[in-house]
Amino acid sequence: MSVSRTLSLANKHQLWIISKVSRLASTNSWWSKVEMGPPDAILGVTEAFKRDTNPKKINLGVGAYRTDEGKPFVLESVKKAEQLIASENLDKEYAPISGIPEFCQANAKLAFGDDSRVIKDQLFATTQGISGTGSLRIGAAFLAKFFPGNKVIYLPNPSWGNHTPIMKHAGLDVKSYRYYDSKTCGFDFNGAKEDIEKIPENSIILFHACAHNPTGVDPRPEQWKELSSIVKNRKLFVFMDMAYQGFASGNIDDDAFAVRKFIDDKHNLMLAQSYAKNMGLYGERVGACTVVCQDKDEVERVMSQIKILIRPMYSNPPIHGARIAAKILNQQDLRSIWLKEVKQMADRIITMRQQLVDNLKKNGSKKNWQHITDQIGMFCFTGLNQQQSERLIKDFSVYLTKDGRISMAGVTSKNNAYLANAIHEVTK
Amino acid sequence: MSVSRTLSLANKHQLWIISKVSRLASTNSWWSNVEMGPPDAILGVTEAFKRDTNPKKINLGVGAYRTDEGKPFVLESVKKAEQLIASENLDKEYAPISGIAEFCQANAKLAFGDDSRVIKDQLFATTQGISGTGSLRIGAAFLAKFFPGNKVIYLPNPSWGNHTPIMKHAGLDVKSYRYYDSKTCGFDFNGAKEDIEKIPENSIILFHACAHNPTGVDPRPEQWKELSSIVKNRKLFVFMDMAYQGFASGNIDDDAFAVRKFIDDKHNLMLAQSYAKNMGLYGERVGACTVVCQDKDEVERVMSQIKILIRPMYSNPPIHGARIAAKILNQQDLRSIWLKEVKQMADRIITMRQQLADNLKKNGSKKNWQHITDQIGMFCFTGLNQQQSERLIKDFSVYLTKDGRISMAGVTSKNNAYLANAIHEVTK
Repeated sequence: MSVSRTLSLANKHQLWIISKVSRLASTNSWWSKVEMGPPDAILGVTEAFKRDTNPKKINLGVGAYRTDEGKPFVLESVKKAEQLIASENLDKEYAPISGIPEFCQANAKLAFGDDSRVIKDQLFATTQGISGTGSLRIGAAFLAKFFPGNKVIYLPNPSWGNHTPIMKHAGLDVKSYRYYDSKTCGFDFNGAKEDIEKIPENSIILFHACAHNPTGVDPRPEQWKELSSIVKNRKLFVFMDMAYQGFASGNIDDDAFAVRKFIDDKHNLMLAQSYAKNMGLYGERVGACTVVCQDKDEVERVMSQIKILIRPMYSNPPIHGARIAAKILNQQDLRSIWLKEVKQMADRIITMRQQLVDNLKKNGSKKNWQHITDQIGMFCFTGLNQQQSERLIKDFSVYLTKDGRISMAGVTSKNNAYLANAIHEVTK
Repeated sequence: MSVSRTLSLANKHQLWIISKVSRLASTNSWWSNVEMGPPDAILGVTEAFKRDTNPKKINLGVGAYRTDEGKPFVLESVKKAEQLIASENLDKEYAPISGIAEFCQANAKLAFGDDSRVIKDQLFATTQGISGTGSLRIGAAFLAKFFPGNKVIYLPNPSWGNHTPIMKHAGLDVKSYRYYDSKTCGFDFNGAKEDIEKIPENSIILFHACAHNPTGVDPRPEQWKELSSIVKNRKLFVFMDMAYQGFASGNIDDDAFAVRKFIDDKHNLMLAQSYAKNMGLYGERVGACTVVCQDKDEVERVMSQIKILIRPMYSNPPIHGARIAAKILNQQDLRSIWLKEVKQMADRIITMRQQLADNLKKNGSKKNWQHITDQIGMFCFTGLNQQQSERLIKDFSVYLTKDGRISMAGVTSKNNAYLANAIHEVTK
């Protein structure tokens, strides 16, 4: 164990002892019994990275896009949109509870496609949400209160770490279906089908629409078609989480394939979207929650109830990021720039994947690394086990999570060879 | 009843019938049993106002500041701060879960005063929240999970309409204590004291720190001192809601008197703050939730748990508005401009109150309208009953809520006389 990690643990132990003693002393406090919460796993990776003095260190825990220089990236389309907005001298009045209408409309068209039946008949009950998390929470809260079937949501195994707390805090039970096959580092299609076919009817099932987090493993189009059919037959309610539209393949329509296929197959699904990654709007908190409805009357009723849930959460959503997103989506020249930029981001990641595989071969690795290029999006499940991951950190200052997940956003043309060598060393 | 209101009710009735019929038809929908939620009362006022064609119409439902020209107001300090921020070319990375550090620090100093023991010893566990609503919700969620006493919160009667749903959705029971005296249109101090002295020990009590919403009735300093003492003797936990610091009297320190008095009296209170009104940052959603703690260890423990609650709500807060607020609070020249502007807003409202009372006298009104100038902040409980309020709407196109509450923000030097005349006509 490194010196810094030993010290860190010692410090934490000291803190624990001190906190116990001081708590005995201050028994007249309201919060004497509040325990220190478990540290955030992913934050822990970044903190350890910061403490490391190795000049070759790489942070592959970060879930935000980085340029090839390893820097955060504010999109040109975003900068232009912000300048335009600034020149319009808009007020800062409250948005409606359901958000900025120009944003909600454009957002629905982006997800479903301009020609979708959902758009033509205005069958979407869309509320602007606080990025992906907030949109998932709104949707989950609505399900917890109004879903007429089993208030149980089935998540893929594994799923984004925050899905489970979101669903539970909202009031849903959480179960899972097989998804990732650690033997192939790919999609366990048979396992998924078997498990889904056993889910009780009228339950809720969640899919990552594209760029599955944390594995990077997505079903192929023909597999999505089959899943849609199975889910329909099982009478399951579909919750789609689309946090990477455009960011996965570089093409916004291709990435929306699953959502649009399910819509074509008449699933009246729920959809959570985020603009954190595909527009780089991370801290501006831009997202949306949509319930696809039967008819306009249903849209009205559903909207009225969702607003009643939002009001005691945060009243109305933040305007700045949504104004940026709306301007980009609605103004043709900005939209064109944006589409190019989102493709550039996706292409850089795809290039890094290819380079990493090539470099692993160059190192003489005998292992099959095809999954690195098969997988898609921000994250890659390398297939490294916990010991190998810990060695990567300890011996090579390559920081990742213990499940072997690396963020491709942290990989650059400069550190690619070093990373490949490190991975080779711990797996040969 | 006006023609437009009759039509509106007829339309709503039609909608209700259509929705019933279509719901029978579409029994294969998940949301057949989702009822239309009750319409928002305050929104209804604005909608009726929009439909009215009377050129003299006045909207006194609006809970946002308006200039003497009846327009929304973006502060100069805010515009300057935004320009500075734009020129800094900052990234849009996620804020920490607990928000932007420079904002949280400056926010605590604003509330407690630079010389407070809370600031000197860093005893505040502050998280940036989504304006007042989000900050109240975070605090309530923390109480629902960790409060060691009775998970019941006592609100003043009346209170802001959204307080009750926020508390209930978070998991607290809601009760009340007497507050408003409709006979005097003032503070029912004796009633409040009697009720508070009966609250079971180790319960939670909420106070509006200044500019009580909806009544405008605040305790006087000596009354706050007595309340602090009574609450301490009853061993009650204090939750302070300060949504109008600076906006009430025009002076940020005077408006924080109650909070600081309670802190001096060693209440380790919870505090929710909003910058919607005092910085005009409404739609940017800037606020904070603070737990005043015993010591630094307690701050760490409490913060760790609050972050665990925030993560499944919305992960991290929006950056834009908090950057603006931080810049204003931390940069001396901007802070000076802001303090002048918040005083201007408060002064305009105070002037309108005085003019209204004067104009009512000029109309020959025999009633005692002293409460209009005794009350403070955005809102004024006129003392009009429901029938009188309805006449104001119907006969004079003066739009207010049925409890006789008017938003002083909607009163201008141009409509003041008309308003006074209308109020006189329905009350003489």
